[in-house]
Amino acid sequence: MALIEIKNIVKTYITGDTKFNALDKVSLNVEQGEFVSIMGASGSGKSTFMNILGCLDKPTKGTYTLDNVDVMKLNSDQLAEIRNIKIGFVFQGFNLISRTSAIENVELPMIYKGIPKEERLKKAREALKIVGLAKRENHHPNQMSGGQQQRVAIARAIVNDAPIILADEPTGNLDTKTSIEVMEFFVKLNEEAHKTIILVTHEPDIAEYSKRIVRFQDGKIINDEVRK
Amino acid sequence: MIDFTSTLKISLRSLKINKMRSVLTSLGIIIGVSAVIIMLSIGEGAKQRISKDIESTGSNILMISSGTSTSSGVRGGAGTKPTITMKDSQAIQKYCDSVSISTAILREVKQVVYSNQNWSTTIYGIEPAYLKVQLWEINSGRSFSNDDLKNNTKVTLIGETVSQNLFGDMDPVNKTIRIGGVPFKVIGLLKSKGENGMGQDQDDTVFVPLTTAQRNLFGSEFPGTVKQIIVQAKDAENLAIAQNEVTEILRERHNIGKNKEDDFTVRNFTQMLETVKKASQTMSILLGAIASVSLLVGGIGIMNIMLVSVTERTREIGIRMAIGAKGMDIRIQFLIEALVLSLAGGIIGILAGIIIAQLIGIFSSMNIVISTSPILISFGFSGIVGVVFGYYPAFKASKLNPIDALRYE
Repeated sequence: MALIEIKNIVKTYITGDTKFNALDKVSLNVEQGEFVSIMGASGSGKSTFMNILGCLDKPTKGTYTLDNVDVMKLNSDQLAEIRNIKIGFVFQGFNLISRTSAIENVELPMIYKGIPKEERLKKAREALKIVGLAKRENHHPNQMSGGQQQRVAIARAIVNDAPIILADEPTGNLDTKTSIEVMEFFVKLNEEAHKTIILVTHEPDIAEYSKRIVRFQDGKIINDEVRK
Repeated sequence: MIDFTSTLKISLRSLKINKMRSVLTSLGIIIGVSAVIIMLSIGEGAKQRISKDIESTGSNILMISSGTSTSSGVRGGAGTKPTITMKDSQAIQKYCDSVSISTAILREVKQVVYSNQNWSTTIYGIEPAYLKVQLWEINSGRSFSNDDLKNNTKVTLIGETVSQNLFGDMDPVNKTIRIGGVPFKVIGLLKSKGENGMGQDQDDTVFVPLTTAQRNLFGSEFPGTVKQIIVQAKDAENLAIAQNEVTEILRERHNIGKNKEDDFTVRNFTQMLETVKKASQTMSILLGAIASVSLLVGGIGIMNIMLVSVTERTREIGIRMAIGAKGMDIRIQFLIEALVLSLAGGIIGILAGIIIAQLIGIFSSMNIVISTSPILISFGFSGIVGVVFGYYPAFKASKLNPIDALRYE
């Protein structure tokens, strides 16, 4: 069984009298250890798909099984738990909590998982060491560069040992040099830690780092290409 | 479950960032809680003073003093012109149906001497009934008998303070002391009553039989006159009736014409207590109103600022939800923040209330008693306000859609 199994999902938005299918019968399987890029123009449905994939939203119709769990049957608290344990998010705008130190940001997912303080500190330090920010654990987001902030966000995404990392335009706010660093880091996570990485981007250069590219257009998958 | 200390740390930090805002928000609670403390301290103080006074004075008491002397239009104080007599007291006892006891007293300050010790104190000439009305008890020895009064025996009962000053640790009973040079045998030691509501030491007292005082101790220009008559009504309802009856009889006996002023004063002790009680009650109601209004306004203030805070931090809420915070986690975080605001206000309010209550006690005649229960009650109240008014914003935060919250700028 695949890690992610999505079959015929439909997401319908209703504004007034008009119905609009942001996703129209989309099916996709992702195996453990894959590195997938999701591409498409804005309005193609890739963000909606990403939200459903990340259990932030539920499809109107269809089936979604994540690691043998039927996501369709979960309530909002159970979805929160799935996000906490199975998925690590990396966002375009970093989305660190301001006025909170790097280490506290990294601790956050473990707080909601109910891990005791000492273990939290130990694991948070390890994660920050992996992303090369061991010396900056007490820095606040506004004292760090964009690249450093994104690395804190990656540390936060991996600290709970989630098998999947969902990255939504992770290099959108970074310069080319930092983008390359961040992408090489994702490759390393995929190859060495065998994390399943799903990346949303509209930049072909960034998609080049992945092993598989899925293209969206008008709420449908138009192309699913495995590379190399 | 969310980690309590880290949530507390997060809320304290966000309150610290908006210091001015937090202080202003807590102000309503501060005023409300300090009003509760002041109110209950004044109420408790008045209650204790009144019950102490009733305890030491007895209930349903009227005090009759001589009227004022008038010379060239200048009026002296009550009792400056001795008009009331032993016979007046007997007449009140005999003819007033609503009166249970009427007893006359004489009073003068004199020097008392035992061996090489001496002490200046108030000497009361009394009848045995006085001890009953004023709730005096005998600690050791015996009380006055009717024979003591009939034969004007030179015997005396002394208070604890007098005994301490003359006898130290010795037993005063059966010793002989000199009052104003006249030898008296101590037949009994009075049980201590302590201070009265006005802070006077009631044990600094010497009692002698009324008749003895009249003949052997206090010389008087007006024989037969007494300092005061103490009247006890049969019960509280009869007090006003007793007051009328006493006034009527005394006017008759003193031959006072219809439009003339009384030559005596009747004071209703219970009425005085009632006035004190009412005044403190009015004060309590007023402060209670202020307290509840400011707690309400304070609560609304907290709700308002929490709603602002939830809106400002929508994105933060979205991030927390995305990485695994459940509805309950978010709710608890914001509830704790509201609680910290209201409880901090509560603590400051308690301190302010204690200080203000003390100042009121120093600068007014009001008796202030600060006990633990008002402190606990008002602390509890501020907590309840925090939870009640913090719940809606916290609930609203927990119901945010994570996708919308993440997109919020």
